Amino acid sequence: MTSIKQSYIVDGNDFISCGHASEAVKRTLKELGMPSDLIRRVAIAMYEGEINMVIHAEGGVADVEIFSDGVKIYLRDHGKGIADIEQAMQEGFSTATDDIRELGFGAGMGLPNMKKYADEMEIDTEIGVGTTVYLGFKVR
Amino acid sequence: MTTKALVESIDATLYAPCAKDNIDAFYVGDFLSRVMGKAPSGCAWITVMNNINVAGVGVLADVAMIVLCEDVHPAEDLIERCKTENIGLVSTKLSAYEVCRNLK
Repeated sequence: MTSIKQSYIVDGNDFISCGHASEAVKRTLKELGMPSDLIRRVAIAMYEGEINMVIHAEGGVADVEIFSDGVKIYLRDHGKGIADIEQAMQEGFSTATDDIRELGFGAGMGLPNMKKYADEMEIDTEIGVGTTVYLGFKVR
Repeated sequence: MTTKALVESIDATLYAPCAKDNIDAFYVGDFLSRVMGKAPSGCAWITVMNNINVAGVGVLADVAMIVLCEDVHPAEDLIERCKTENIGLVSTKLSAYEVCRNLK
């Protein structure tokens, strides 16, 4: 099956531009005429991933592959890793600092939102090495 | 309710016009991820958060209008971004509670 591949660098020091990759993907999906429900789910989940990479990992890379019936996203960083995935998946749990919270982030909803909006989610993490989050979306 | 009626009912100052004439869904909250998880598409989002990321969340979550309450005046970059993205942006002196009380 043919697909469109895109790759984005997420700048780890830039909260202002955070979300540019998600917005670019959203635009592409719109141009391709994908269903609005899919577009919204992809955009939100990917934005959460971008924010996580900025807050916790000094940035990373987002690889996106768009198919006629869905989207696959790989968010790769070389941050500190997730110590306890089960805990990190709980709504409200966050290790973000107070200055991050003042910006409105760090509610502990990032990974839960990604799980909520994606159809498939896998987390591969190693302490001190980094984290890769896979998100799969299907046209419903 | 109509967007015009909404703006008038909370005596709001308009900073960026809303692309929609009617808004029938609303969400109140300041934590951006909560907004993205819960806010309905096409809603008016009532908040006190005032930074450029608010527009980003608005774009990604398909928010129609951002209502800044408690006399929070939007930053210039937030105004410009909302204009570019056709997201309505208003500011009111009312609290979030008072805004909601005025919605019909």
